[in-house]
Amino acid sequence: MAKQDIVARTGNEAMAEAMRQINPDVVAAYPITPATEVVQIFASYVADGLVDTEFVPVESEHSAMSACIGSSAAGGRVMTGTSSQGLALMAEMVYIAAGLRLPIILADVNRALSSPINIHCDHSDTMMVRDSGWVQIFSENAQEAYDNMLQAVRIAETARIPVMVTTDGFIISHGMERIEILDDATAKAFVGVYKPKDYLLNFDRVLTLGAIDLQDYYFEHRMQLAEAMKNSKSVIMDVAKDYSKTAGRNYGLFELYKMEDAKFAIIAMGSTAGTTKFVIDGLRAKGLKVGLLKPRVFRPFPKDEIAAALKGLDAVAVMDRSDAVNGHEGPLAVEIKAALYDNGLNKPLINYIYGLGGREIKTEEIESIYSDLSEIAKGKKMDRVTYLGVRE
Amino acid sequence: MNVKEVVKQKELFTGGHRACAGCGAAIVARQVLMAAGPNTVVVSATGCLEVVSTIFPYTAWNVPFLHSAFENSGATICGVEALYKSWMRQGKYNKKVNFIAFGGDGGTYDIGLQSLSGAMERGHNILYVCYNNEAYMNTGVQRSGATPMGADTTTAPAGKVRQGKEQFRKDLTEIMVAHKIPYVAQAVVGNWRDLTSKVEKALAIEGPKFINVLQPCRLGWSYKPETTCEIGRLAAETCVWPLYEVTNGVYKISKPREKKPVLEWLQQQGRFRHLSKPENKPILDAIQANIDSNWQTLLAKEPPQAPKQP
Repeated sequence: MAKQDIVARTGNEAMAEAMRQINPDVVAAYPITPATEVVQIFASYVADGLVDTEFVPVESEHSAMSACIGSSAAGGRVMTGTSSQGLALMAEMVYIAAGLRLPIILADVNRALSSPINIHCDHSDTMMVRDSGWVQIFSENAQEAYDNMLQAVRIAETARIPVMVTTDGFIISHGMERIEILDDATAKAFVGVYKPKDYLLNFDRVLTLGAIDLQDYYFEHRMQLAEAMKNSKSVIMDVAKDYSKTAGRNYGLFELYKMEDAKFAIIAMGSTAGTTKFVIDGLRAKGLKVGLLKPRVFRPFPKDEIAAALKGLDAVAVMDRSDAVNGHEGPLAVEIKAALYDNGLNKPLINYIYGLGGREIKTEEIESIYSDLSEIAKGKKMDRVTYLGVRE
Repeated sequence: MNVKEVVKQKELFTGGHRACAGCGAAIVARQVLMAAGPNTVVVSATGCLEVVSTIFPYTAWNVPFLHSAFENSGATICGVEALYKSWMRQGKYNKKVNFIAFGGDGGTYDIGLQSLSGAMERGHNILYVCYNNEAYMNTGVQRSGATPMGADTTTAPAGKVRQGKEQFRKDLTEIMVAHKIPYVAQAVVGNWRDLTSKVEKALAIEGPKFINVLQPCRLGWSYKPETTCEIGRLAAETCVWPLYEVTNGVYKISKPREKKPVLEWLQQQGRFRHLSKPENKPILDAIQANIDSNWQTLLAKEPPQAPKQP
């Protein structure tokens, strides 16, 4: 295992640091709060000659992803970063990047979507493109953001599918933490050299990319994307295993915290998982059998693995930091329910929609969820969906 | 480039594509690539050209080709060129490559204007070619910012109380000149020597270049398919579409021997048929007056003695 530096970094700095070590051929990006710093710091690396990257300061996020598509199709290792409205504006191209099977990496600093306009954290931006064909990896803190960025490159280039790595806006992106980083040589050796298979700048094999695909081929090509997404699960696990050998930090499709004997569990993504661990430690000290399942990989959704991990529980709470506005429940709850149904599990399950637009989630609120769960397990009826922390 | 050379070349935009008989866009693509040669990467906006030339699993392109979306061929070609620059700097690549983006007037004048402007302002070494057929032809002849006044389109139709498009088109060529890029030109389908020499000249210049090619569309303009090139030439001869280039800010105009009345051009096209009604005479007069005024404005931009081109 490589020796590592212990440094103080915000989430944005950690992501930019990983990008410096990855040294992509091209970065095309447009600023947006709270993701601006990722590309701003990276631009300073370019200005100081610390990377070989061609930095394209485009005039919009739509053009950012368009330029990334051009560079990636041409054969390069390509990255960008954005948030919220930026991701919304580039959404058309997000889908096209996946359809073209381009291994682009996107740092997505989670922020609420307008309207009303808001610059703070929730996961609605990532959720908006959850069906775009991108691998989606959530980070709990700056350390995970750094580690996930390095792993994303290998995942994307092996599975031939783009990957977005998220952090919670401001909470992680601007929060200073103690993190461990690999030395440059080790990080570079881990990500390796990208050797594209087919690419535009290869004049020995002239390609037409982005052809029009009608009734006779479109379906087959979309099926190939679906297969690539399914197959990316084992790629993610292989890369995590290798990363564990390199960095000594273990990653999987999700993390289980004190779940061995747990009766009640919360399922939460991003920084709230960290807060929940703190609450669990307190409740465990009082003898309560509580635990956490933190999905790391939202796409592909590891439904059978998650269902297996929930098997022994008496009741489950799913925390959604975004609202699907579908008249019933949040996007993570929908996935979890489908996972349970497919595995023949009918568990008491309640969904909490919380933290929209950066509304703080308090430890007392998380404690109250665990007490709700014990009541539900005893047969108490509750609303299936609760908007937690909202003023009535 | 002469005819003898041209016929010996490998076709880089081949036949067998699905364009309409008499399609001007296919002529633009073929002639631009004749001038550019095989070491060229092409990006195209969504539109007629991309649709007719890339129906999977076929392709008409014998050069590397990428299409991603409608409003972004400016940004997409920048991405390809940026990677090229990055690889050249890193010593990973050593071939001389041309970067050409195609867009129709929809993808260039309207929905793609922001992406085009950004690409030009950032100074990428690219050539953007607009195949301007003056309406959204791929979706069935809707008006665009390039549609001329009086033209009948499906979203500004000639009816009982309205007589087609009521506005003059925007002058995108001059918008590009205002970007102070090293080379901007107007060309037409029907004058291959002018178009190919402009492409050759553009590609010899480092930096962003823009050529606006007026492209008659037999479907949307409604004329006999065999007259595409004739109608293109007539656009130049009537000064509807003057042939000129602006190299580092210096204008050079290819003036017609005799400036013909616009009516000669309008009469050949079904999209202007309604203008022949006597009550629409004021519209015809307004069109002619506009062309005359634009022509005078353009002539005034040319230096009194055009400097000899090197």
